[in-house]
Amino acid sequence: MIATDLLARRETRRTSLRDFDLVLSGAVIGLLGIGIALVYAATRDWFAANGLDPEYYLKRHVINILIGSLLAWGTTLIDYRLIRAYTPILWAFGVLGLILVLIPGVGATVNGARAWISLPGGFQIQPAELAKISIIVGMALILSELTGNQKYPEHKDVLKALIVAAIPLLLIVAQPDLGTVLIISAAVVTIIAVSGAPTRWIFGLVAVAIMGGFAAVQVGVVSEYQVKRLESFIDPNADPMFSGYQLRQARITIGSGGLTGTGLFQGPQTNGRFVPEQQTDFIFTVAGEQLGFIGAGFIILLYGIFLFRAFAIARRSEDMFGRLVCIGVIAWFGFQTFENIGMTMGLMPMTGVPLPFISYGGSSMFACLIGVGLLQNVHIRSSR
Amino acid sequence: MTDRSRLNMIVVQVLIASIIMALLGRLYYMQIADGDRYKAAALNVQSRDIVTPANRGVIVDNTGVPLAINRAGLQITVDRSILDKLPDQGSSVLLKVAQILKLDFQDVFNRTRLCSELEVGSRAGCWNGTRYQPIPITKSASESQTLSIIERSDQFPGIDARPVSIRYYPSLAGENGAHLLGYIGPITESNLNNDEGYRYYRNELIGKSGIEFQYDRYLRGQAGVRTVIVDRKEAVTRESLNNVPIPGNNLVLNINARIQAAVERELAASVIRGKSLGRKSDSGAAIVMDMKGRVVALASYPTYDPNIWENGITVRQAKRLYSEWAAVPALSRVTQGGFAPASTFKVVSTAAAIAAGYRLDQRFDCPARVEIGTRTFNNFQSRAQGVLDLKRSLAISCDSMWYQIAYDEWVRDGGLRPKDNPNDHFFSTARAFGFGKKTGIDLPSESSGRLPDRSWKKAWYEQNRDFYCNYRERAKKSQLTPLLIEIARENCLDGDKVRAGDAVNFSIGQGDVLATPLQIAMMYTAIANGGVLYQPFIAKAVVDPSGKVIEEFKPKAIGKLPTNKKTLKLIQAGLREVVTAGTATGSFSGLKVEVSGKTGTAQVFGRNPDGSSKDDTSWFASYAPTKKPVYTVVMMVSQGGFGGSTSGVGVRKVYEAIFGEAGRKPIFPGGVPATIPEIDITKKLREENLAARENSLRGEVK
Repeated sequence: MIATDLLARRETRRTSLRDFDLVLSGAVIGLLGIGIALVYAATRDWFAANGLDPEYYLKRHVINILIGSLLAWGTTLIDYRLIRAYTPILWAFGVLGLILVLIPGVGATVNGARAWISLPGGFQIQPAELAKISIIVGMALILSELTGNQKYPEHKDVLKALIVAAIPLLLIVAQPDLGTVLIISAAVVTIIAVSGAPTRWIFGLVAVAIMGGFAAVQVGVVSEYQVKRLESFIDPNADPMFSGYQLRQARITIGSGGLTGTGLFQGPQTNGRFVPEQQTDFIFTVAGEQLGFIGAGFIILLYGIFLFRAFAIARRSEDMFGRLVCIGVIAWFGFQTFENIGMTMGLMPMTGVPLPFISYGGSSMFACLIGVGLLQNVHIRSSR
Repeated sequence: MTDRSRLNMIVVQVLIASIIMALLGRLYYMQIADGDRYKAAALNVQSRDIVTPANRGVIVDNTGVPLAINRAGLQITVDRSILDKLPDQGSSVLLKVAQILKLDFQDVFNRTRLCSELEVGSRAGCWNGTRYQPIPITKSASESQTLSIIERSDQFPGIDARPVSIRYYPSLAGENGAHLLGYIGPITESNLNNDEGYRYYRNELIGKSGIEFQYDRYLRGQAGVRTVIVDRKEAVTRESLNNVPIPGNNLVLNINARIQAAVERELAASVIRGKSLGRKSDSGAAIVMDMKGRVVALASYPTYDPNIWENGITVRQAKRLYSEWAAVPALSRVTQGGFAPASTFKVVSTAAAIAAGYRLDQRFDCPARVEIGTRTFNNFQSRAQGVLDLKRSLAISCDSMWYQIAYDEWVRDGGLRPKDNPNDHFFSTARAFGFGKKTGIDLPSESSGRLPDRSWKKAWYEQNRDFYCNYRERAKKSQLTPLLIEIARENCLDGDKVRAGDAVNFSIGQGDVLATPLQIAMMYTAIANGGVLYQPFIAKAVVDPSGKVIEEFKPKAIGKLPTNKKTLKLIQAGLREVVTAGTATGSFSGLKVEVSGKTGTAQVFGRNPDGSSKDDTSWFASYAPTKKPVYTVVMMVSQGGFGGSTSGVGVRKVYEAIFGEAGRKPIFPGGVPATIPEIDITKKLREENLAARENSLRGEVK
């Protein structure tokens, strides 16, 4: 069987540091390092001024990174083709988390979305972040396991893959966490496209997404605050007290950074806390103000290096499963980065998604680093 | 990898590449291309200006007696942004505050409303500033009232108390000066938007009328501004600018507080005297100026307490200020009221007649009535006065001789078909005497009066043609009387031309001509001083807080009367005869100081608010002493009746006060001092209080 064959292979080769894609790792380490500095810069003065531990967020952020790195390393240990076998279990766990979060008393509501499960010890996890991985892996499995001699996935394969994605997606809609829904949807369409499925699926899905979004606003699935956020994206003065305020402040903060920025820890806008949630969703404003165009542009470049390195891994993958997993991870990181940074600069409407590798937040950090682990896993197993 | 898969992967790569480029492009645009704008916006977000208004300069009279000073007060303010969020919009809080301050709830409520929030007609006492300033309820809370509010601040959300400086008009010599000094008040949006190169801050108070308005830029000083960088909770993180306030400069006026007080008293007495004589007298004005236009006293009646603005105006007070029934106390009759000058105008007519070629010694018939066309014009009280010369005609104020002269001149100018370049002796002389032009006094909103010459007639006709030519449709029912219909028909026919009746009326200061009491005072000053028109001026000098004179306002000649010496002499002699053997003889009998003057009794068309027809305007324009004039005194009492008996007596009493007759202490009978007094408010306050106590003690002994 394939599984035993793989186990045999694993025994013959031990992974060493050289087996990792070092450029990819370098980009991630760079982003993590900048993230540590930015989370600290975003919270230090404010916490100190209010008599709290100025390193509160810094410490927790570093712990998150360490845990995430362990998870990433763990992800690289087992051959991704073996993970395939556990995919249904992984997927089921993801869905279970998403169901749990909707149960009153278990799920906690933050910013209007019931997206968190409280754990003992003051920890919270966000199942939707981890569900991203199970959806990507699950879809990759179905679309790569083609029966018979067919070259491309057939309609029924696509349909199955869509069901695999739709169940967790609908549960996330129910929270509602539309930022995550948006990003997963982008990943779903991208995976289907690269799987070689009939082209009409892609156009069809894009059309469904647009109509679904429109219908959601009309029917009221999308809550009022989300409509407001959307309105204030179109007209920042529409709701100046809340979302419009945030967006305007975010833009002012980034724009005022200029070429070189105010210097790390020096930003009056960010130190004055004019931008809410600046250690999480709006952390790019800290980079914009304190590091300026040179620093913030460098961050965007690191994402570019990371994503194109990931493409290289996808191309070199020996099988469709590995390639689709890589493509899913790329689409996820790519769109989430675009949504997050684009939102702070007024290019995208406001949705609460964190900036990969940089924003403070455990679940997101774990998911992102597991994603990196998946990429490295495919890289290790295909690189010779 | 299949072809389709490969192709789609390339598409995804391109998409990701363009996402990266879009982000970089947008970042470049915001931080580099548009960075300066965002930097400015950021500074705007972070910085706060803390404005400390400067100490306003004081206003003193020509001897240093304080007319307007600053006093410490406790101010109770309302923050509308907090109050409006309360379930009842804060009305229960305001009620409690009103109870503690012993104020009427309605007053407190109105004081905390923006004027635009209240309906037209019920805006009395409203807040004229903006929503973003703390709105004062009172500035004169007692210490215990203030304590009972701030000690229970949880029960008084949005209510704050702090010490402030109050503008105070101490009335040390018993003067009121409301129309003269004006008042200060909050900055309005239009002030903020219309600043002419001068920076205003929201919590500053500025002059709103009178001298306070006119000399605001000297008095206000420069507010201190501390700019701090704050965080989102408005906690100060650092200070970026600290300019201390620069106190305003002090202002010395030509006004003399004692003469001002006497003039106000006599004006009020004259209005009452008019009433006791059976007239409806309701308002009046009086001016005293020296021979170079320095305004020594300026009073308008009815008046109001100038301190009501800073004490917190009540709804009743605010309503009264603009009430027709109370004769609109807010209006200053001296500079804003237009009245027919009546016989005080005859000095102009005399000059015009000489200009038209009549001889100085020519004699004229003064019949009981004169027929002009189809209309009969009666002499005053329809009495024939025989044949008179020009001097005598001034003394007894003959009207009917002027009808003939004015008519002849009108015919000479072409009548209803005027010549190309009519002489218009009466119009041009009146213009040269200052009619139809602002005097340029240093007070806001001065009226220019009205000189109804040919161009004015044309303009008037353009405006009213439609009304008169369609009178039956346009007029109200009550206006459709045969006489009015006939007048309308005439107006439609040749209302654009100066008609015989207009010319005749004009020659005796009636008809459409209007003058402010100030214009009359300026004109009589020129007659007294030998023919120079001086710009009436209230301010004497601006002095900085250390006592250095920054600017001195010297008298300014703005014109010369178009009369030769002989004519002027004749007019002066006529004006003396008014008092010695003319229309004002009775009113001035027994007065030691020699006065020259002219009575005026103007007919007024129109109705009072109660529907009664208006009584005559009583004028007396004068100067004294006749041989070497020092002061001009003009008094006008609206609906006061005869010039001599109502205003004439009032003017006499003013002279008694100035020259120390009838048992009074003289006040600068030789003219006001030319020097600029030293400004020492504390010393003056002590002196004046002492004098006041002495006076009251003397009263007790009596």
